[in-house]
Formats: sequence, C-alpha cells, structure tokens
Amino acid sequence: MKLGLAIDLDTCVGCHACATACKQWNTSGTIGPLTDTNPYGKDPNGAWLNRIRTFEVDESPLSKTVNMPLSCMHCEDAACVTVCPTGASYKRDEDGIVLIDQDRCMGCNLCAWACPYGARELDPGSGTMKKCTLCVDRIYDEQLPEAERQPACVITCPTNSRVFGDFDDPESEVSKLQKQREGKPLMPELGYNPVNTYLPPREPIERPQGGKVLGKVKQIVNRIIHR
Amino acid sequence: MHPAFSVLIFTVTAGAGYGLLGWLCANELFAWWALSIGMQISIGIIAMVLISIGLSASTWHLANPKNAWRSFSCFRTSWLSREAVFAILLYPIAALYAAAIYFQWDSVGIWAGLCLLFSFIIVFVTAMIYASLKTIRQWHHPLVPILYLLFAAMSGGLAWAFLLAWNGLELGLLIQVLGALVAFTTLTKLSYFWLFKVPGGSSIQTATSFLNQKVRILDAGHSAPSFLNNEFIYDVAKVKLLRMRWLMLSTTFVIPFALLYWLPNALTLAIAFVIMMVGLLTERWLFFAEARHVVRLLHGQQQV
Ligand code: SF4
Ligand code: SF4
Ligand code: SF4
Repeated sequence: MKLGLAIDLDTCVGCHACATACKQWNTSGTIGPLTDTNPYGKDPNGAWLNRIRTFEVDESPLSKTVNMPLSCMHCEDAACVTVCPTGASYKRDEDGIVLIDQDRCMGCNLCAWACPYGARELDPGSGTMKKCTLCVDRIYDEQLPEAERQPACVITCPTNSRVFGDFDDPESEVSKLQKQREGKPLMPELGYNPVNTYLPPREPIERPQGGKVLGKVKQIVNRIIHR
Repeated sequence: MHPAFSVLIFTVTAGAGYGLLGWLCANELFAWWALSIGMQISIGIIAMVLISIGLSASTWHLANPKNAWRSFSCFRTSWLSREAVFAILLYPIAALYAAAIYFQWDSVGIWAGLCLLFSFIIVFVTAMIYASLKTIRQWHHPLVPILYLLFAAMSGGLAWAFLLAWNGLELGLLIQVLGALVAFTTLTKLSYFWLFKVPGGSSIQTATSFLNQKVRILDAGHSAPSFLNNEFIYDVAKVKLLRMRWLMLSTTFVIPFALLYWLPNALTLAIAFVIMMVGLLTERWLFFAEARHVVRLLHGQQQV
C-alpha cells in the first residue's frame, strides 16, 4: 500500500479548518501533545503538522489565488528517515506511512533540515520532532464507524479538497483523481518522490453567450452587479 | 539557516583538535621532529581536550539529550550516527596510542596511523552531515567536506607550530607548508563564494507546481514566527554578510598568514592561532547564515 493524500488546489478555500482539526486530533493522539508556547500572547509558537500557504499565481488579469495546504508527503525516498541517527524516524513497509517514535527521538533537528516541505516541527515541550502521522490512529481504528476511518483533516475539509487513499491501487479515488486531473508532486527535482499529489486548478470554463441582445443585457447586468 | 552557537563551537574547536591530533600522528609516522615522550603525550591531551570541548558543545543543541545514546544505532544510513560512532571509538584508540608512546611499544606507528585515519574520517563525516542534505544547495557540494578538512588541517597545524615553537624546536619547513595550506584554503573558500554567488536550483515555481507562471506569496499561514521561521529563515542584511565575509577572510587567512611569515615565534603563533579560531567561528557562522533551505520558497523567496 502507498497511502497518501490528493489535495485539490482548485477547490481549497484556505479556511485552515484542516490545520485546526489536525492539531485538535493529534494533540491527544499517539504523538501528542502538540505543545504551544505563549498561546495567548503576542508571539504564539508551537508544533503544527499541517500549514496552509496562500499564493498568487500568474499575473493580473489572469492571476488566481491558490491556497496550498502542506503536510508530510510520506515520500517514497524520504531523506528525513535516512538522516535520523537514533532510528526514531521510520517509514512503514506495509503502507508507506512515515512516523517518528517519540521515545527514541533526541531532538537534533536533522530530519527537519532534510525535509524540503517544512513538514517536521520540533515540539517545544517534549523536545522531540513531530510530524503528520496520516492519522494512523484513526484510519485503522476499528472502534470507529467505517466512514470515519479517515484522517481528521480529510473529514473536516468543508470543500472535500483533501482525499485520502491508496496510490498503489489504480481503482482508488486518489489514483483516479491523480490521473484525471494530472496531479503534480512538489519539488520533484529533489528526488524525494512525494506520495501526496496536488491537483492543479481547472481551466476557466468558457460561458456560452446567449444571442446578441441577451449577451448585451447580461453584460449590462454584470456591470451593475459589479458596482 | 539559523546558526546555533553550540554547533559553531563544536565544529571549529573539535576540527582544530582533530587537526592537531593528525599532525602529532603524522609526525610519529614520518619522524619530522624528535619530541620527548612527555611532549607527545601533552600535545595529544591538548588535542583530546579541544575535541571533547567540541563534542560536549554539540550535545547542547539537542532538545532531548537523554536519548543521545541512541544515536549510535543507525550507522548504516545516517552520517550523524556515523559521526557519533567514530568520535567515541577514537577515545580508546587515542588512549592506546598514548600508552604506546609512554611504554614505547613497537606498535606505536600502528596506533598513530589509526588515530590519523580516524581524525580524517571524523572531520569528513561531520562535513557529510551537511553535504548530504539536498534541501540546502550551498551545503550539498563536494567543496564542503574538502573545506572542512582543510580548515582542520590548517587550524590544527597552527596549534602544532605554536606548541613546537613554545618548546624551543626549530620550525623549519613548517612555516612554508602552513603558508601554502592557508593560501590554498583561501582560494578554495573564495571559489566556494563564487560558486554560490547567484541563486539557482529549486524555485517558488517547482515548490508550488506552477512551472510556467509567476508565483508570489500572499500569506504564509501563521501570524507569528514558527519553528520553520526560526530554523530556516535566518535573514541578515546584505551589508552585514559582506562585512562578516571581510572579517572572516582577514582573521582566518590574512592575519595568521602575515604573522606566520613576519615573526614566527611562540607568542605570535599563539596570537595567530587565537585569531584564526575567531575567524573560523565567523566562517562557520557564515556557512549557516548564507545557507538557504528550500522551505524558504514556501515562505515567498523566489529562488534559493
Ligand atoms: S514530506 Fe518531509 S517529513 Fe514527510 S516523508 Fe517527505 S521528507 Fe519526510
Ligand atoms: S530530531 Fe529526532 S527524529 Fe529527527 S533526526 Fe533527530 S533523532 Fe531523528
Ligand atoms: S493526516 Fe492527520 S496528521 Fe496528517 S495533516 Fe491530516 S489530520 Fe494532520
């Protein structure tokens, strides 16, 4: 199995719900707590496993705002694992999930240096490294109803922009999405072979214009609404 | 990259220690100078003290040092683990070398050879921790281990020259050899600067998958600095970087070089060594401050 996420850059609205849901679930999950320092002060800081950046792509008038959530890509060639001196970082053979054994980590930061995607953050409380677990403590939990055996961020996303599944299975939703929408990896030139895929924004749809007169009326209405 | 002071101290002091030990062992093998038993052992102890100061400094920057002992476990894959293993193994070997000197064993050459080999390997392995990271273009380069080795040989050599002069030994060719080493290292460091003059490699386009469009950051997703900012986004004014480069070049190379030729006695060599150590700390600071991690692309930098 090659578990990971397909993330839709077309529909993500940048609401940060996945980041908050991730923090909420994982702070009491297997690698929790996710400590914050000074949470209500001027300079709050703390470990998050998922962060959302917003970019402007292309130039006006074609420019588009793109929200890009970034969490661990569960890379196939994960240098974060090979650099780790203590064996705390490991990649599971059975499903490809990259995890950190909190009892082994010595907090040397080297794995965070080796990760191109900013997916690893040192917990200021425990002094150990934290990262996305692909919610390994949800997806296999047989106590949960089957529909809920999904990562917290995936369940929460109001626009269904995060899809979880097995990229090794060509019939899975993520594989189909990757194929149909030509999902892209980030920084492929570094050779980490990230599993998570980013679905590019769709091309704008050409709206059919009505007859000449109707088109004119629409234009005028549009202009009024625009004001 | 954020320059952690403990790491600067570690690589500079331990580097000089390994360099000094290397010179001592090379002298054993090639019999350049005839040193008394007491002097050989004292120099060896000075080298091991420098190394130990460096190694203990390196543990300050661990956030969870109680697990440091586990770092011996991944020798096969991790350069940091290899460093830990070799650094620890050197201690018994150095102790046996000292015993061989003291009791005048016939095997003293073997122990000296092993110590020399280990010093070389440890400095190389330390540099490979940095040079193996594909995420930092300025580190992922063969010049990085070459420079680390040169710096160790150069600073250790200066300490060696001082210790010889202090004990009233003739330096002879050593001045010329050290001068050439300093000059060669200067040229290597200058070519390193030249090589990374302009940004290259990954860009904000490859980082976001929009290869053919202009991309600009609107929001990095958090209102206060995070771990990522503190670790990877160390911004220093261009002027300050330039000043530090001049300070580095003059203290690491020019002043020690001039002192070496002007008046090579124990006092000037001691001064030259101290100045070079300050220079090397500046060099190591620059090595971090000028290294640009690709995470910066996700915070809006166009190219690293
Ligand atoms: S995204 Fe970073 S932390 Fe996750 S597997 Fe890849 S290199 Fe490791
Ligand atoms: S911080 Fe922890 S998980 Fe990361 S490389 Fe160091 S010991 Fe391994
Ligand atoms: S899969 Fe789980 S741990 Fe990973 S980003 Fe989503 S909620 Fe966070």
